[in-house]
Amino acid sequence: MGYTFDFGVVFARWPELLHGCLLTLQLSLLAIPITLGIAIICVFILQLRERISTWLIEGFVELVRNTPFLVQIFFLFFGLPSIGIRLEPNVAAVLALGLNGAAYSIEILRGGVDAISRGQIEAGFALGLHPAQIFRYIILKPALRAVYPAMTSQFIFLMLTSSITSSITARELTHVGAEIEGETFRSFEVYFTVAALYLAMSYGLSKLFAVIYRVSFAYPAAR
Amino acid sequence: MITTLGPAQFLLLAQGLAWTLALSAIGFALGGLGGLVIALARSSGLKWLEGLAAFFIEVFRGTPLLLQLFIVYYGVGLLDLSVSPWMAVSIALMLHASAFLGEIWRGSIEAIPAGQTEAALALGIHYATRMRYIILPQALKISVPATIGFLVQLVKGTSLAAIIGFTELSRTGTLLSNITYRPLLIFGIVGLAYFAVCWPLSRLGRAMERRLTPAART
Repeated sequence: MGYTFDFGVVFARWPELLHGCLLTLQLSLLAIPITLGIAIICVFILQLRERISTWLIEGFVELVRNTPFLVQIFFLFFGLPSIGIRLEPNVAAVLALGLNGAAYSIEILRGGVDAISRGQIEAGFALGLHPAQIFRYIILKPALRAVYPAMTSQFIFLMLTSSITSSITARELTHVGAEIEGETFRSFEVYFTVAALYLAMSYGLSKLFAVIYRVSFAYPAAR
Repeated sequence: MITTLGPAQFLLLAQGLAWTLALSAIGFALGGLGGLVIALARSSGLKWLEGLAAFFIEVFRGTPLLLQLFIVYYGVGLLDLSVSPWMAVSIALMLHASAFLGEIWRGSIEAIPAGQTEAALALGIHYATRMRYIILPQALKISVPATIGFLVQLVKGTSLAAIIGFTELSRTGTLLSNITYRPLLIFGIVGLAYFAVCWPLSRLGRAMERRLTPAART
């Protein structure tokens, strides 16, 4: 084979690549709170066991989980303008990532909330806690702790999924990679480097989440 | 010229769906073979082999599938072989599926009580027979729900082949949306087509999970 690899031209663009990493992290860090917020609200509503809202939330979860992210983002970005809702690429990207992540997070968080024993909640009432306090301290926090590993690997997956938003020209790492490719024609080298950066970011995030766990949930387990 | 959505357009979507299914089937079949190798390597007891398999899994789980497709697509292009996009996508999906299935199956292999391996060793049953008749049949059984779950991921993942120009369901949708100017409708239909494939699989996976863990649910 007559091909000589040249990573030099790619590494020379490191400021742009680094900037791309920051953009990807920014996109993810905007989408994660949306994901978590929707999940907490929906799981709370599910606890009310009201028929129509349960049906709606479960429908949303099934619909999102069983269709590809690419189609979802095309639907939002190319589809919605035809009914008058025009979104910036980055806004559409954050929204799509947030909604997509929410569907998975609802399932995960629901499992954690379902595992909390009723006696614990009744104890809260017996102690005269406000329902909001019960939800926050007796239901939400232990549930989040129980599902923490699944939830955070979901967040890392969200960060990896954000690469797909380059297809609607959202500014993030893969998009930056495509720009560099367009100027250097070193497709393989560019995408190899970009993939390595994603690997580094997912490794970094998993370490960060481990630290957050130690800080937030350091108290001993009940079992 | 604006094309309307007629039977011809639905035929194109059906063809796209067929390609999506074909890609998923190829990825799953080849990835299943690869995954078995990875799972066996990962639980082989040989340090270097386990490390190698663990590294393979980490790399493919820690990078986006889209980038994996790009790298394989441009990578095999460098080998001076004239490889069709079809081949490149299949190879990428195979590697991706190998890593994920390998990790799922490793977990199941390790879930089989060690006493069974010890009993087999005591009886003088060597590695291949032990795996073939004792460990793998049980391990594969517990792994069925997670495996089906991954299959759903894979079907959805094939949509990314559209980005490198492979005309499957998603790309057919993009092309049709460009000539009909009805993106909301087209992507709605495309989404529903994926849903029609993935939802029954998801339900099957969940039903299997419930059957395998009857006590955990009420």
